[in-house]
Amino acid sequence: MELESIYQNVIDGNAPAVQAGVQAALASGASADTLLQDTLIRAMQEVGRRYEIGDLYVPEMLIAARAMQAGLNVLKPLLVAGGVQAAGRVAIGTVHGDLHDIGKNLVGMMLEGAGIEVKDLGNDVPPEKFVQAAQDGAQIIAMSALLTTTMASMKKTIDALEKAGVRNKVKVIIGGAPVTSAYAKQIGADGYAPDASSASRLVKELIGA
Amino acid sequence: METLLSFNDRQVRIGPQHPFVVIGERINPTRRKKLLETMAAGDFSVALDDARNQIAAGAQVLDVNAGVPGADEPKLLADLTRALMQSVSAPLCFDSANPDALQAALALYTGKALINSTTGEEKMLSVVLPLAAKYHAAVIGVITGDKGVPATPEARLEVARKIVQRAADYGIPAEDIIIDCLALTVGADSNAGRVTLDTMRLVQQELGVNLSLGASNVSFGLPDRKSINAAYLALGIARGLTAAITDPTVPELRTTILACDVLMGHDEYSMRWIKSFRAAQKVAAIA
Repeated sequence: MELESIYQNVIDGNAPAVQAGVQAALASGASADTLLQDTLIRAMQEVGRRYEIGDLYVPEMLIAARAMQAGLNVLKPLLVAGGVQAAGRVAIGTVHGDLHDIGKNLVGMMLEGAGIEVKDLGNDVPPEKFVQAAQDGAQIIAMSALLTTTMASMKKTIDALEKAGVRNKVKVIIGGAPVTSAYAKQIGADGYAPDASSASRLVKELIGA
Repeated sequence: METLLSFNDRQVRIGPQHPFVVIGERINPTRRKKLLETMAAGDFSVALDDARNQIAAGAQVLDVNAGVPGADEPKLLADLTRALMQSVSAPLCFDSANPDALQAALALYTGKALINSTTGEEKMLSVVLPLAAKYHAAVIGVITGDKGVPATPEARLEVARKIVQRAADYGIPAEDIIIDCLALTVGADSNAGRVTLDTMRLVQQELGVNLSLGASNVSFGLPDRKSINAAYLALGIARGLTAAITDPTVPELRTTILACDVLMGHDEYSMRWIKSFRAAQKVAAIA
């Protein structure tokens, strides 16, 4: 019952209720891992599904993600102490020259909501910073571009990964309004996702989680 | 202040004493599969249809974006420009961040074009302004500074001021700078709409320049985007917005803009409003 109300509160975007619910569930003996899987991750999957079919709008997804985050913040120290590994490590950013971050943020939130460790490099991210993230152990480099004029930075970043000798250590995925799967192939990316839910599925597929 | 754009002998004037100018946004392959595929194949038939439809719906200027992923943008923009110049008679607004593409299009254009755009970043100003000066084009200046989009209207005004001043260094007069106060997405930040409106008022008061807006961004991720976009245009027009890059083929936007022209004193005896209403009635009667 308790778990069900946490799940619903994530979907409704009620952050204080999620935080309190998670704390109460822990106090009554639920495990952090169970709470993560059965409430937060499951709720964000549902949020992603409804967004994908046009049932939820961007602000609703943002407040759901914020509520998920409130629960995750309570669980994180316990998950770390308990040795629970993240399902994967992704470094995400909007490419050099581009300041649009909503799509990138939505993808980051969905990934976190899927139990993946996300390093947010922000927007206007130069290729060197993506290279650094790859050297620091990211398994996936996720790039976003919202403008036809900044897409070329994706290719430049892949070239920079090659040059630094880390291209084969990471998978590269891309997305954003002007981006297509054909473009992903053309610049040698490993995948393309049209929206945040698909991005989360794509990441899991690529890292075999 | 009045910004004059032209194509051959066709002239368009942007300014507070003139009807609102719509810069048609549809010739942009982003999220438009058919346009993308045809343009990539060097076929401009869809683009030309977009051009004609937008002009018929009241666009006075056409934005032209040739950002096809992986294509040779300078060549594509030049070819598209040539095709448009042969088929339609409206000033063009070249939409690219690639200086070679801008150069290629400006070099063959016959008239006074609009460049979309420069930001307030030095690396952009030093590339775009010389092109504008060389080809005697007007420029849209977006209020993004060296550290991104400033949070407050006052800080955004300073970026606008810098753009106008740097333009003057290149001999470009203030009337050839149109400031875009940047509509960010209200669905992600509830204050985004308000900050941009306050910036418009401030820039208009302090610099007196013309203002344009990419007016479709603001409603991203919300239902019934048309209503939000239309309301935003009206609020902007009341604060000095004199042009917008938007889609005039959306009836709600077209109607709002015509109504604003009536209310701002730009439609004598409401003749254009009445004419447009009758035309819509006629279409409805046939359907």
